[in-house]
Amino acid sequence: MTRKRHRLTPVVVAMGLLAGSPVLAEGKLNIYNWGNYTSPELIEKFKAEYDVDVTLDGYDSNETMLAKVKEGGTGYDIVVPGDYMIKVMIGEGLLAEIKPNEMENFKNLDPKWVDVWWDPGRSYSVPWQWGTTSFTVDTAVYKGDINTLALLFEPPDELKGRINMLNDMNDVINAGLRYLGYERCNGNVEELKQVTELLLNAKQHWRTMDYSTIEKLTSGDVDLSQNWNGAAMRAREQRPTLQYAYPKEGFTGWMDNVAVLSDAPNMENAKLFVNFIMAPENAAMISNFARYANGIKGSEAFMDEAMLSAPEIVMPADAPTPDFVQPCPQETVDLYNKIWTRLKQ
Amino acid sequence: MLAPVQDTSNETRLARARRLRDVEERRTRRFLLAPALLVIGIFGLFPLTISMLYSILTPGTYGGVTWKLSGEAYLQFLFERDIFDGSLSLSSTYLQIYGRSIGLALVATIGALILGFPTAYFIASKPREQRNIWLFLITLPFWTNLLIRTYAILLIIRDEGIINLGLMSVGVIETPLNILYTDGAVFIGLIYSYLPFMVLPLYASLEKLDFKLVEAAYDLYANRFQVLRRIIIPMAKPGIVAGCILVFIPGLGAYITPELLGGGKKLMIGNMIALQFGSSRNWPFGSAAALILMVVVMAALLIYVRNAGKQGAHHG
Repeated sequence: MTRKRHRLTPVVVAMGLLAGSPVLAEGKLNIYNWGNYTSPELIEKFKAEYDVDVTLDGYDSNETMLAKVKEGGTGYDIVVPGDYMIKVMIGEGLLAEIKPNEMENFKNLDPKWVDVWWDPGRSYSVPWQWGTTSFTVDTAVYKGDINTLALLFEPPDELKGRINMLNDMNDVINAGLRYLGYERCNGNVEELKQVTELLLNAKQHWRTMDYSTIEKLTSGDVDLSQNWNGAAMRAREQRPTLQYAYPKEGFTGWMDNVAVLSDAPNMENAKLFVNFIMAPENAAMISNFARYANGIKGSEAFMDEAMLSAPEIVMPADAPTPDFVQPCPQETVDLYNKIWTRLKQ
Repeated sequence: MLAPVQDTSNETRLARARRLRDVEERRTRRFLLAPALLVIGIFGLFPLTISMLYSILTPGTYGGVTWKLSGEAYLQFLFERDIFDGSLSLSSTYLQIYGRSIGLALVATIGALILGFPTAYFIASKPREQRNIWLFLITLPFWTNLLIRTYAILLIIRDEGIINLGLMSVGVIETPLNILYTDGAVFIGLIYSYLPFMVLPLYASLEKLDFKLVEAAYDLYANRFQVLRRIIIPMAKPGIVAGCILVFIPGLGAYITPELLGGGKKLMIGNMIALQFGSSRNWPFGSAAALILMVVVMAALLIYVRNAGKQGAHHG
C-alpha cells in the first residue's frame, strides 16, 4: 500500500501544479471566433496588458457556432457572430447584456454602426469587422464592364465554365434575387420559381461552388469568383489582374460583432476585451490581419498603407449602398432550402 | 460396493470442477468483453439512439429540435410538399442524390477491384520473405492524413497541375484537360483512398491459394481464363466480397473527397447530411437521412453475411 501511494505521489503533485497554474495569471478568457480571423498580435497585447490567459478556438459558419453554444456549458466567453446571428442569439437569450454603450472606449465607435437593426443602441455587441460580399473578375480574361451580376448568371463566352460561386445558400439566392430585381427574404413563390430557373440555367456555366475563394482564384482554377472584399484583396495581392466588382444590381453587406455569452465563466475579462478592441490602435490590428474595415473612428491612422487605398475596402462613390440582409422567416428558409437542394441535386 | 460410490463422487467432483471452470471462463470472457461493449454502448448506441429520436421530432427554428413528434423528416425523403398548396407529391430529389452516391461508390469499388486483384495476386505469388515489404508499401499511404492526400491529388490533376502541364509541355494537348471538379475526379479520389482496403483482404484470400490446384487445372487442359474463372476467383471470393464491402461502405458516405475534388456543385449523401445540420437548420431530416444511409449499408452487409454463409456450406 505504502509503495502504491509513493508511486502516485508525483502524479498527485503534477495534478496539483496543473490545477494551480492558472492562478498565476490574473484570469482567463476563452474566445470563439471564425477561423484565421483573429490577429495574434492583438491577443498578445491583451495578454500583456491585463495579465490574462487567452485561449482561441475557431468555427467556420454562424450555424456551427450557434449549434455548439446552444448546447450550453461551452466555457467560451467571447463569440463573434454575424449581424443576423446577433439578432437570433439575443432573441434566444444566449448573449449577456454587457452595455458596451456605457464603456469608456465606446466614444470611438463610428456613429453609423451604433443604431444597427441587429442590436439597436449597442447593448450587447460591438463591431469586429465589416465587409461586402460581391465577386472578383480577372480583367485580363474579361475586358468588358464588370459591375453587373450578369457575369454570374448569363456569363460571356470567355467566363463560361470559369466561375466559382460561394457554397452558401443565402449568398447565391440573394444574388439571383437582385439580378431579377426582386426583394430579399422573398416568400413570393412565383418570383422564387423564376430565380430557381435562373440559377438552374446558370449552373452549367459554373465550375465550382466552394468557400475557398482565394485558392481557387490564385491557382487559376477559375477566373471569376463570388467573394468577400477582404479575401478579394488578399487574392489580388497574388494575381494583380483581379478586380473586385460593385454590381449595379446591389450586393450584400455584413458585419461580424463581438459579444459575450450569457453563461461566460470570465465575465469581467470579457468586458475588458470588448472595451479593449474599441481602442483605435487595437481595432487597426484586427483589420491589418484580416483585411476588412472595422468601424472604429481613428483606426485608419494605425492601419497598413495598402488598406487605405485598396479598392476592395474603399468603395467608389457611385457604388450602390451595401445591403445588410435581415434574417428570413422560417417559411422562407424552407423555400430557400428546397431551391438550394434542387440546384445541387 | 465401495468402488462405484467412489466413482460417482469422483465424477461429481470432476463435473463440479468442470462447471466451476466454465463459470470462471464465462466470467473472464465477460470481463474481457466489457471494455469493448462499453465503448460501443457509449459511443455507438447512445448517439444512434439520439439520431433515431431526433429524426421523429420537429426542427427547431434555429437548429436543434423541438419536442413535438413528427414523421415529416421521413416523408420529406420521398415526397415533396408543393410550394403552392402544400399537397404531397412523389419527389426524386433525394433519391437522385442517393442514387448518384451509390453509383459512384459502386464504380469506385469495381475500379478498385480491377486494380487491386492483380496487385494482391502479384504479392501473393512473391516469395514469403518479400511479401511483407510489398504489404508495407500498400499500407504506406495511411501514414498521411486523408485530407492531405486528397489535396495532393487536387494539385496533381488541376488545370495548372503536374498532369496538365506535363502533357502540354510535350505537346500532347493544347488546352488543359478538365479533370478536376468532375465526377471523374471524385472517382479517382475514391479509388486512391480506398484501394488498400481492397488489396489487403484480397491478399489474405489469395495467400491461402494452393498453387498446386492451378497446376492441376493446367494439366487438365484448362486455359488461362478457365483457371482464373474456375479456380482462382472462387478461391478468392471471400476476399473479393470483404474488399468490396470495405471500399463500398466508406465510399458511400465519403465527405472530404467529393467536397474537395467534386467542386461542390452536386450533393453527395455525406455533404447533404452535413448541410441539414448547418444552414438548412433541419436536424430531424439530417438524422433521418443518416439513418436511411445506415439501413442501406446494413442491407449490403446482410447480403454479404448471407453470401458468406452460402459460400461456407458450398465449399465446406
